[in-house]
Amino acid sequence: MARVTINNMNVEVFKDSTILDAAREVDIYIPTLCHLDLESFNIEHRTGSCRVCMVEVEQNGKSRMMPACCTPVQEGMIIRTNTPDVIQTRRIVLELLLSDHPFDCLVCSKSLDCELQALAKQFGIEHLTYEGEMSKYPPDLSSRAIYRNLDKCIMCRRCETACSDIQTVKVLTGYKRGFMAVVAPAEMKPLADTNCVFCGQCVNVCPTGALTEINYIKKVWQAINDPKKKVIVQTAPAIRAAIGEEFGLNGEESVTGKMVAGLRRLGFDLVFDTNFGADLTIVEEANELVDRLKKKENLPILTSCCPGWVNFLEYQFSDLLHIPSSCKSPHQMLGAVAKTYYADKIGIKPEDLIVVSIMPCLAKKYESARPEFSRNGVPDVDYVLTTRELAKMFKEAGINIAKLKEEDFDNPLGESTGAADIFGVSGGVLEAALRTAYEIVTKKELKNVNFTEVRGLEGIKEATIDFDGIELKVAITSGLGNAKKILEKIRDGSSYYHAIEIMACPGGCINGGGQPYILVIHLYSKKE
Amino acid sequence: MVKQVRIALRNCGRINPESIEDYINVRGYEALVSCLFEKKPEDVIKIVTDSGLRGRGGGGFPTGLKWQAAAKENSDEKFVICNADEGDPGAFMDRAVLEGDPFSVLEAMAIAGYSIGSNKGIIYIRAEYPLAIERLKTAIEKATEYGFLGKNILGSNFSFDIELKYGAGAFVCGEETALIKSIEGKRGEPVVKPPYPAQKGLWGKPTIVNNVETFANICPIILNGAEWFRKIGTQKSPGTKVFALAGKINKVGLIEIPMGTTLREVIYDIGGGIKNNKEFKAVQTGGPSGGCITKENLDTPIDYDNLLAIGSMMGSGGMIVMDEDDCMVNFAKFFLEFTIDESCGKCTPCRVGNKRLHELLQEITSGKADEKIIPKIEMLCNTIKKASLCGLGQTSPNPVLSTLKYFRNEYEEHIKDKKCRSRVCKALLRYQIIPEKCNGCTRCARNCPVQCISGKPKEVHVINQDECIKCGVCYTNCKFDAIIVS
Repeated sequence: MARVTINNMNVEVFKDSTILDAAREVDIYIPTLCHLDLESFNIEHRTGSCRVCMVEVEQNGKSRMMPACCTPVQEGMIIRTNTPDVIQTRRIVLELLLSDHPFDCLVCSKSLDCELQALAKQFGIEHLTYEGEMSKYPPDLSSRAIYRNLDKCIMCRRCETACSDIQTVKVLTGYKRGFMAVVAPAEMKPLADTNCVFCGQCVNVCPTGALTEINYIKKVWQAINDPKKKVIVQTAPAIRAAIGEEFGLNGEESVTGKMVAGLRRLGFDLVFDTNFGADLTIVEEANELVDRLKKKENLPILTSCCPGWVNFLEYQFSDLLHIPSSCKSPHQMLGAVAKTYYADKIGIKPEDLIVVSIMPCLAKKYESARPEFSRNGVPDVDYVLTTRELAKMFKEAGINIAKLKEEDFDNPLGESTGAADIFGVSGGVLEAALRTAYEIVTKKELKNVNFTEVRGLEGIKEATIDFDGIELKVAITSGLGNAKKILEKIRDGSSYYHAIEIMACPGGCINGGGQPYILVIHLYSKKE
Repeated sequence: MVKQVRIALRNCGRINPESIEDYINVRGYEALVSCLFEKKPEDVIKIVTDSGLRGRGGGGFPTGLKWQAAAKENSDEKFVICNADEGDPGAFMDRAVLEGDPFSVLEAMAIAGYSIGSNKGIIYIRAEYPLAIERLKTAIEKATEYGFLGKNILGSNFSFDIELKYGAGAFVCGEETALIKSIEGKRGEPVVKPPYPAQKGLWGKPTIVNNVETFANICPIILNGAEWFRKIGTQKSPGTKVFALAGKINKVGLIEIPMGTTLREVIYDIGGGIKNNKEFKAVQTGGPSGGCITKENLDTPIDYDNLLAIGSMMGSGGMIVMDEDDCMVNFAKFFLEFTIDESCGKCTPCRVGNKRLHELLQEITSGKADEKIIPKIEMLCNTIKKASLCGLGQTSPNPVLSTLKYFRNEYEEHIKDKKCRSRVCKALLRYQIIPEKCNGCTRCARNCPVQCISGKPKEVHVINQDECIKCGVCYTNCKFDAIIVS
């Protein structure tokens, strides 16, 4: 333990705490911008680049400014967080950031979710002392998923941490130096030409509008208002609680029915449930598992409904392409069924049917554009919107789903067993598939599956199930950093699992790259 | 040359730098032998600490304390890094040592390794020093062959290897934490200290980073003792310092002087005074991180603390002399341009702050500034100093602050009178034709690149001030001295 004084208050904290930790102990607020709280990821995050958390530290009779977020406390430190000098320093630093940031807040998609904007308001900045040349870069729209507008980059490097340290994708890095420095892929390549998997965690941590999704709202409105087109919408399980958050509904409350009602009011012709596709996935994957167990080949089977993780495997473990399940992701399954079976059934040409998926995910935007997911030039899924985009559409159309009466999904592609409801959380897909496989093999119902943390492999959980004599070892993990650990074990032959579920985003789809910012930032921040 | 004492440069030019026999002949490897067989590691550190040797790379941190801190740490692996990423404009002290006496650096690194318990040395050297790299490679090869490097040096239990790492020429990689990142193959950017490299350095292991010149001082200290070293120089800064003397001075080049020598002695006795008998104006020490020193402070004895006290710093040893023809605002702007180019861009104050500071100076030198600009500049400078992450940012406003302190009147002339007394700031110049002297030869008009001089042959010519780009072509072409600059 170490004893320090903060603004004349005595605080005792653990030795490896930072000044920021110590200040939080006694409810002293210190502004931060580049900082992320990554203890739960076991990552030491010490960027200390933005300098808005500067505090005055007196030690051995000497006083100087230090960044609170990454300066470890030391016995006897005297810390002052709100002297006029400290506040002026932070203020000028913030003004400097603003002096190289476009002033188009009114038309920025991050407006009101922007941490830079919030800080400017908090500091009461009404004019800039210093103005001058601003950085100018061409926007990157190459990927169909992530929009990069480097003019708004403030070099906080959070995206780099998310991409390189948390997800181990290592596409984003510091590029050029001095005033020209930005975070970008090597050689400033467009994102589409890199190994980016489009998990979107960079978007989730970006404090400004430098990283956002590529928006398809306009195209969806056009489709809805085209009398020649029949527009189907499907919604993923993970978006339901999240969309409620945007309308002041408690996260616990099921907002599914209200959302369905809202989607009809937006003008979608049919509202289907991606859970139908998830049911298909479960059956397919369960049968595949049973088959591979019988043949004792290509084990472990890896779930494949997360396109971010599939991209990751393709880029970084291309020698393991034979082990994931052959299933496409649930919304693509539903899209394919809709454009074949259902189009045929209602007597409509596939090209006149538009499928819109509402997903918590950015990788699915990329996935839907993959050439193998279209037939005769007609894509199985035409547009993927994120939870955030759907909330915008509701708001734009003046629909407050909180006030709506609950309605049901349309049939027949709106029915589901309920097994897929747990898809949004890490472990859900595998558990559902196991239940089905268990029934196929044993003709009995599977009791609860208990996953426990694997010793020495943080972030990976495993379970053992008695499969009628066979000891089935299964594991689940989420976050690509954890996925990499397990994939390396499969590669070197030291993995003993039969089935593994992998989700690209830490915690699963609920923390997807398309979820409301206010929700996902909690994963990386203790900020109130 | 008078008043010079050679410790770091003792062998430069005197021995064949590629011959280990030559080096051994001038007491080479005697220090290492005495350490390995007569002294315990803590004894060696004590000698270095007692000698009062301070880091010659710029910061002036006591070398002995650095070694002590690393020696204290318990670790299976430790590193000794030699910082040869010399980057100050016009400075080449380290290069001279590496090219002229590479063995002395290798020997000192092995001594450091023995003292702190490290078996691995790395020399981080800029790739722009090909000859130094060649000489080091040869030296490492020969030292290994003779058993002064490698496994069980001279039959002792101590093993030590040295490896070269090339820097790509980023100034900021001279900052120790950025240098370590660069060796690790990462982007060369500083990280927040503490923890210091002595606790958590290269690959997270205890590491000492010392400058070439610091290492060059080690063997003489071990051989002659701490007392001997303390007798040279001043009480708080014992020893000598190598400077690269440059600028408007008669004799430019490397000098090594005992600490405590005055700037006057350096400039007039050693440097031979100002070129062309012009008036001395100021001397910049410490490169882009330092400040300027004026006539009033010429008798200040040079050491770490005195230079800091008068608003400059020792730095790695750049010394640039300026005369009456130099504009101090422009001079500050020049160094800031260097900082802007070399900033890594990690922290806000250095990345954006220095850019804004440069823009403010630009306003002054182009005659667009008003009186409110000086407090604005001062506030910005102070913020950059206080809030920047590493030494580069923390010292980058020094040239501006020190010129503002000593040459405020020049700033004010630029701002209020729109005048540059040294006629350096082009935008503030005014070329005019004196009608009495102009005989209408048309030479100026014919040579003007923007055709802004009008007048018929044999009649008085006139310069259109709005279009004049102040290139000075008319001035140099006029044979009748009819054009004046003001």
